[in-house]
Amino acid sequence: MAQDLLTLNDISKWYGTSPKTTLVLDHIQLSVRENEFVVILGKSGCGKSTLLRIIAGLIKPNEGGVLYQGKEFTSLSPRIAMVFQSHALFPWLNVLENVELGLEALDLTPHQCRRRALEAIDLIGLDGYESAYPKELSGGMRQRVGFARALVVNPDILLLDEPFSALDVLTADNIRNDLMELWIEKRIPTKAIIMVSHNVMEAVELANRLVILGHEPGRIVKEIDVPLMYPRDETSRHFSQLVDNVYTTLMIPTELPSSLKKGAVAKTIIGMDYRLPAVSIHKLQGLMDALLETPYHGKADIFALAESENLSAKDSLPLFETLELLEFAHISKGDIELTNSGKALCKADILERKKVFAYHLMRHIPLAKHIYHVLQDLPRQRAPKERFMKEQEQLMPSEEAHRNLSIIIDWGRYAELFAYNTQSDILSLENPQVEELEQPS
Amino acid sequence: MLYVSSLLRIKLSRWDGLALFVVITGLTLLIWGSREMTVPFTGTEPLPLSLDPIHLPYYALRTTLRMFFALFLSLLFSFVYASIAAKNKKAELILVPLLDILQSVPILGFLSITVTGFMVLFPGSLLGVECASVFAIFTSQAWNMTFSLYQSFISIPKELTEVASLYQLSPWRRYWRLEVPYAIPQLLWNMMMSVSGGWFFVVASEAITVSGHTILLPGIGSYIALASQQESIQAIFYAILTMLLVILLYDQLLFKPLLAWSDKFKAELTAHEQLPSSWVLTMIRRAKLFQILNIVWFWLMGGLDKVLQGLSLHISKLEKDHEQIYKLINKILTFSFFLFILFVFIFYGVQAYAYIFFEIPFEEVQHVCFLALMTLIRVVTLCAFASLIWVPIGVMVGLNGPLASRLQPWVQFMAAFPANLFFPIVVIVIIKYHLVPDIWLSPLMILGTQWYILFNVIGGASSIPFDFQEVTTNFHVKGWLRWKKLYLPGIAPAYITGLITAAGGSWNASIVAEYVSWGNQTIEAAGVGAYIAAATAAGDKPRILLGVVVLSCFVLILNRIFWRPLYLYTTTRYRLD
Repeated sequence: MAQDLLTLNDISKWYGTSPKTTLVLDHIQLSVRENEFVVILGKSGCGKSTLLRIIAGLIKPNEGGVLYQGKEFTSLSPRIAMVFQSHALFPWLNVLENVELGLEALDLTPHQCRRRALEAIDLIGLDGYESAYPKELSGGMRQRVGFARALVVNPDILLLDEPFSALDVLTADNIRNDLMELWIEKRIPTKAIIMVSHNVMEAVELANRLVILGHEPGRIVKEIDVPLMYPRDETSRHFSQLVDNVYTTLMIPTELPSSLKKGAVAKTIIGMDYRLPAVSIHKLQGLMDALLETPYHGKADIFALAESENLSAKDSLPLFETLELLEFAHISKGDIELTNSGKALCKADILERKKVFAYHLMRHIPLAKHIYHVLQDLPRQRAPKERFMKEQEQLMPSEEAHRNLSIIIDWGRYAELFAYNTQSDILSLENPQVEELEQPS
Repeated sequence: MLYVSSLLRIKLSRWDGLALFVVITGLTLLIWGSREMTVPFTGTEPLPLSLDPIHLPYYALRTTLRMFFALFLSLLFSFVYASIAAKNKKAELILVPLLDILQSVPILGFLSITVTGFMVLFPGSLLGVECASVFAIFTSQAWNMTFSLYQSFISIPKELTEVASLYQLSPWRRYWRLEVPYAIPQLLWNMMMSVSGGWFFVVASEAITVSGHTILLPGIGSYIALASQQESIQAIFYAILTMLLVILLYDQLLFKPLLAWSDKFKAELTAHEQLPSSWVLTMIRRAKLFQILNIVWFWLMGGLDKVLQGLSLHISKLEKDHEQIYKLINKILTFSFFLFILFVFIFYGVQAYAYIFFEIPFEEVQHVCFLALMTLIRVVTLCAFASLIWVPIGVMVGLNGPLASRLQPWVQFMAAFPANLFFPIVVIVIIKYHLVPDIWLSPLMILGTQWYILFNVIGGASSIPFDFQEVTTNFHVKGWLRWKKLYLPGIAPAYITGLITAAGGSWNASIVAEYVSWGNQTIEAAGVGAYIAAATAAGDKPRILLGVVVLSCFVLILNRIFWRPLYLYTTTRYRLD
């Protein structure tokens, strides 16, 4: 049995002074063994990138520590290298110099540096581009340089921070395959790879083990072993079952473990501190319309629906989450089904739709209801955004508070619940009579 | 090794001949000109100066060298200051606001205040006066460049700093591999802008008034001053022509190559369609002479890098091993720094206060504030006038792509051209037709800085996406409505930037523009600039100080309560992306 290469010992991370309001990572316990390819999956904002940076030593956790082969290491280590989503190449250094940069800390002679850098460039298939500058290269080539810079140090652990998400599908596939070849054929001395991703397909294709992070705060919801042989067949039944499984896990709200129980309707009651998913209403309606039409007629496998609508997990998860939050649909066992009001919404005309939407917003999103009531109680029925911002900041870091408010403002504007003036940052009641909203049949 | 041996079989190209010529000429001029800066000088006898155009190339050389030294000093200063401000959170608290204050002090005010100090520093040599002049030019460039550098240092993309941490670059390497390269394009752009503003002050700072009498340093500015004194229009035209050539040469020999070279530091990862090119850079890259120099340079720098890299690593290690002691030293240093600044402020503040108020009655202080208000009215009116003229023209030009790209370098050139060379011509007109100086001297203030408005408006208009124009055409939006809905919002951020530069420049120019002379006649307009200039001419220190303080306060307050909010508003509200 392979020994533990890396152990994350009860890691917690929060921003600011108190772990109560701004907890990002909550008691993460994870071991990575030799020859493992671990993929950390989660919705955006669940702290997975933070976790990766803690492993890399770039960020210090507030609690807990990272053990390497059972020993604590505090400083950055050349045993660990990282590939960044945005390449993070230095534009003023050419390919060779960029790769050599990785060797800075290794105390090599210039000659050794050059030799190793050239080997790494060779390995990743960048031969002939040594003297090219990053801006002369395509996105895929740049990411290859990123890989070369990481591999040149012969890291024991390779960290990948969504390295393929900024690339087009074909290029990403190409680089993925090359990487897997190096990894499976053991042409690189790397002992373990840890990747962060939000692409379920990619994760299931690459990983030995999937670690699914829930959010608010980030904690490990589930670990799934993937026992399939490489190269994996995406069309196999086993594969798609796994994908389904992962999707379902990602969809389960973390607040209520009880909803894991087999119940027809998992109703989630959310509070004012709920981090709203950032989705555009129009996308949401597009998805609902697609769900209502053939071939689904109101009920679909979430993975198949996402696939047919060309949505990545990053895009589709917030959409599904919103549908469930607003009770336009219910999700269970990897299936999504429109509720009656969801169906009604789809069939309504524009004005009617807005009314239905407003009703659901008032009923299921406490923040919307709160803003509406506050505005209503004020004599001039208007209030600066600042006022709500302060309230939200009591509950979460100000960045997220800001995000949350923008989302609710966007939704509220669509629903004509309230109006918002960007220049004066003032929220006001669009139409004071909306209070007698009734559920349209 | 292969490289050197191939160089030994020297096969000269035409680039080599050119390079040899440029280098030898440059070095000779540099050494000769610099030696002339240190000739003996007691402070009273007039320096030999002649209106004969044959001397103009020499005067141009002296002026150019002053500019060169000032630029070098500004660079040095900005690197030190910006690095400290960006790296030390505590120092940042003081250094950044301090820079803001320095920026609002009128440049020629620095000159009037510091010149005696410099003369004491180098008794019996011209170097003191030269230093004062160079210092004035320095003050016209340094603050701007420092701000740019500081801004770049604190806005380095997070990923790049993470890479530097991950691969454990020593602080030394981190500085030279990441922070400085990232800052270079912005710094260079600012340097060009600063130099183009600097020519004005080179010209203005060569004729220095010390305790009542004027010292004319050899240079184009003094030549102009002498020409005005002797009422020679011809000489003024010679001077203008020479300045034209000097600025062109500076651009060709210094900025074009730097700009072409710095293109690789641009952080954006899209290649440009049109790469900037420069014959000087081509020469440097092709000529064998420079290749040899390059090898020597890299060898030297490689050695230096090795030593300092080792040192840097050593210090980092020490720092880690003795964290407590290091923190203590850091605290002590910071504390003494704060104490020092506090001391300087209190000491000089009290001194200046006593200096001003013992000499000057309070009514006069009020009067100076009133004068500043007059200057303010002038600045505002002129900016409005310049906008009325240049905004429509700038938009028209900017919308015509080919015309804009052909005109833009010329506008930039006009901005660089020291407008004070034209002052005598305007003064002749005013004297001849007995015009009211309070009104007709005013345009001088904006003569040089109006181009910033035009320049920025052209830039803004040419970046309005074509789609927007098509949409307005499609909906038959025409005339004033089109201006109101498309062009004015489209150029707003760029226009405001230009306006801020123009207004700032006008305040600075007021010291020379409100108080001019031709022959024996001096005409002045009521304003704080004229007050400072008159006090300088009379060698009345307390009044110079009072004028400078009032002017600085006005500029500082205006920046705080008007320009900065306006800039923030337009950049957020009217940004086109």
